[in-house]
Amino acid sequence: MTEALPPHKKQVSVGAQIAIWGILLGLLALVAIVLFKAQQPILRSGSQVPDFTLPLYSGYELNGASEVKLSDLRGKIVVVNFWASWCKPCEAEAADLEAAWELYRPGGQVVFLGVDYVDTEMDARSYLAKFNITYPNGPDKGTQISQIFNRNLGVPETYFIDRNGILQYAKIGPFTSLDEIRAIVDMLLGE
Amino acid sequence: MKRRFVSLISLSFLLFSALAMMPQSRPALAQQPTPSDDEVNAIAQDLFCPVCENTPLDVCPTEACRQWRELIRQMLAEGKSEEEIKQYFVENYGARVLSEPPRTGLNWLAYLVPPVAFLAGVFLLFRAFQTWRRMAREAAAEAGSGSVPAAPPADEYAARFEAELKKRK
Repeated sequence: MTEALPPHKKQVSVGAQIAIWGILLGLLALVAIVLFKAQQPILRSGSQVPDFTLPLYSGYELNGASEVKLSDLRGKIVVVNFWASWCKPCEAEAADLEAAWELYRPGGQVVFLGVDYVDTEMDARSYLAKFNITYPNGPDKGTQISQIFNRNLGVPETYFIDRNGILQYAKIGPFTSLDEIRAIVDMLLGE
Repeated sequence: MKRRFVSLISLSFLLFSALAMMPQSRPALAQQPTPSDDEVNAIAQDLFCPVCENTPLDVCPTEACRQWRELIRQMLAEGKSEEEIKQYFVENYGARVLSEPPRTGLNWLAYLVPPVAFLAGVFLLFRAFQTWRRMAREAAAEAGSGSVPAAPPADEYAARFEAELKKRK
């Protein structure tokens, strides 16, 4: 009763409190969005594949064009294969992919695209020559194409896109036979 | 006349000798010595291959990273600068190959948030220390005052209340 009251504490204004909480919540929301996006690693089957442009290595052009745009291939089945010269499992499927390309090439209904992932051009060219690959191939500049399909891409991975630009099937890992590739492509051709 | 001729001959000889002794700049550029591992790693340590995240390129044992180191060696031999080499890697493999994010857009948060959070922490601690010191001073002053009443009773009722309390003690 006889004690003096404690000095009046200076209060932070309501506006300043709202601003501080707003900034903190904004930062938390930003972190949440980034983490949420990072946890969406793969383009789901049935999704429209966002458009991309693949620059092509000289000697591996498509109808003489030095780059190919996915949207320009609408009406065709597109097989997008991610590979790299340093990738040993890629070597296991290289011959089967080339054989499949040779099989479907005359029909003109199927296009194979090789996307060279995190590679150097010199080593990539050696790889392409070693396995006699002839279908269009080019580098994944800035890893922009791989991030469309799978943020945590591990080569080899192959994506099958139907005539409407819809992803129909994703193969993670190497194909074990030509028949495995044919089964998927034939199914899409029959649709 | 003869003296001028001799001087001219001497000057020509000196010029010719100097030119002959000068290093041949063009062939030297084409045949630069192979860059050492240390020179390659000085650049590689600031780069990260997307395949093996969190492992700097200079110590990464994978084949992909070995190829990248060879590419750096080749570019150094071609006379490319460190900045040019890093720019090449960013253009071809994306900004995530850099050990530090480029200072653009949202990347600025990575540079601004830590120092701002640190300064905010220092400020909060400073305020907390101030409060604790004031409380300690007040507690000490109160303890030092002992049984001496801090202030006279505010009114008659309070005075009587205090007196009653003293009687009961």
